[in-house]
Amino acid sequence: VKVTLWGTRGSLAAPGADTVRYGGNTSCVSVEGPEGTLLVLDAGTGIRNLGRNLPEDLNRVDILLTHLHMDHLQGLPFFAPIRNPDIETHVWGPASTMLSLKSRLQRYVSPPLFPVSVRDLAPRLFFHELSLEMFEIGEFDIAAQLVIHPNPTVGYRIIHHGKAVTYLPDHEPMLGARKFPRSPQWTSGYDLAAKADLLIHDTQYSPDEYQDRVGFGHSNMVQAFEFAALADVNRFVPFHHDPTHSDDQLDQMILDAMREVAPGFGVTPGQEGTKINLAD
Amino acid sequence: MAQQEVEVILARHLAEHLALPVFIIDPQGNLIFFNEPAEAVLGLRFGDTGLMPASEWSTMFEPMDQAGKPIAPEELPLVIAMTQGHPEHKAFWIRGSDFKTRQIELTAFPLLGQSGRISGAVSIFWEVTK
Repeated sequence: VKVTLWGTRGSLAAPGADTVRYGGNTSCVSVEGPEGTLLVLDAGTGIRNLGRNLPEDLNRVDILLTHLHMDHLQGLPFFAPIRNPDIETHVWGPASTMLSLKSRLQRYVSPPLFPVSVRDLAPRLFFHELSLEMFEIGEFDIAAQLVIHPNPTVGYRIIHHGKAVTYLPDHEPMLGARKFPRSPQWTSGYDLAAKADLLIHDTQYSPDEYQDRVGFGHSNMVQAFEFAALADVNRFVPFHHDPTHSDDQLDQMILDAMREVAPGFGVTPGQEGTKINLAD
Repeated sequence: MAQQEVEVILARHLAEHLALPVFIIDPQGNLIFFNEPAEAVLGLRFGDTGLMPASEWSTMFEPMDQAGKPIAPEELPLVIAMTQGHPEHKAFWIRGSDFKTRQIELTAFPLLGQSGRISGAVSIFWEVTK
C-alpha cells in the first residue's frame, strides 16, 4: 500500500519561501493498493497535483471527504479526472439529516461562489453518504466514524490485508475533557486509530496557541502525540499544519513534542510529497 | 470496552462542566455516566458504580409517583427518549442510597446525530425543593 501526501496544510493554502519543505497545499492524501485501487482522502488544493500524476489506464477514483470545510474541498473542481468521461469519480462524505451530500457540496461548487456547477463540470460524478458501517472499495476495507470537530466530520481507518492507515486530519479529542488523554472508551477517534500502522493526525497548533483556540476543532502538537501514544500506533504523521507555521517552526514543534512525550513510535513529519510504503 | 460514539463523548464532556445533575445511557439502556451533581442527589459515586445495566439503575433509585406507586422502567423519561426517540419530561420521586426520598423533575432527550443514528440518551434533572 502506497500512501502519498499531496497537501498537508490546514485552513488555508500557504505557499511561500518559508513553507517549501512542508508545503503550502491543503489536505489531500492518496492511498493506492497493489491491485490499483485509488483512494483520495480529502480534496484540498493538493488534489490538483495528484490529478496530474495518475496512471493513464485509471477508470475509477474514490474521494473520501472527512467533512465539507473549504480547505478539504477547494481542489475538487481542479481535479482533472472529474472532467474525464472515461473515469468514474465517487465522492464519499458524512451524512446530514438536513441536506444531501451533493446539495451541500453544490453550495460551494456553484455560482456565485464558483463559476461552474458540479453537474456541468463532472460527467461521471457519484455521491455516497457514509453509513458509519464498515464498507469496501476495491481491495480496501474502510471504517468511518464521527469525530470531534465542528460540523459532522469523520475520520477513516483504511485496512488492507491487516495493515491499517488512519486519517484524522481535523480532530480535537481533548475538547471539554477534564484530563487528556483519558481512557480509550472516552476518547474520540480511538477505535479508528488503535494500533494503526500509520496515523495521519491533526497537529495544527502549538500548546501555547491552543490555549486561545479551544473549540476550533484542532489538536495541539503535544496532545496529538499523546493521542498517538494512547492508540499505540506504529508510525505517526503530524498533519494539517497551521498556515502561519514556517518550515523551521514546524521542525521545532515536532522536536519539542518528541522531547516531551518520548514516543515509542516512528514519526514522519507531514511534508508535501512524502511517500510511505506499507508492506503487507 | 469499545469506544463510545462521539455524541456520547461530547455529552459526557458537557455534563462534567454542568452544575445540573446529568445521566447518560447507551442504546442498550446501560447507565454509562452520571456527573458529580447527580452523585450528590443519588448518594452514589460514578467511580464506584461504573456501568450499570437498565435493570439495575431503573429500580435501584426506586422511582415512584406521588402516591408511592413504583414507576415501571419503560415509563421513565430516559428510557422513553432512547426507545421512542423523542424528548420526555416527568416529575416523580426517587430514593437514593442514603434512603432519603426526593422529588425530582427530569427532562430526557435522545442523542440523535446528524447521521440519523441515536447513540444514547441524556437526562437532566433537578431536585424539587419547596
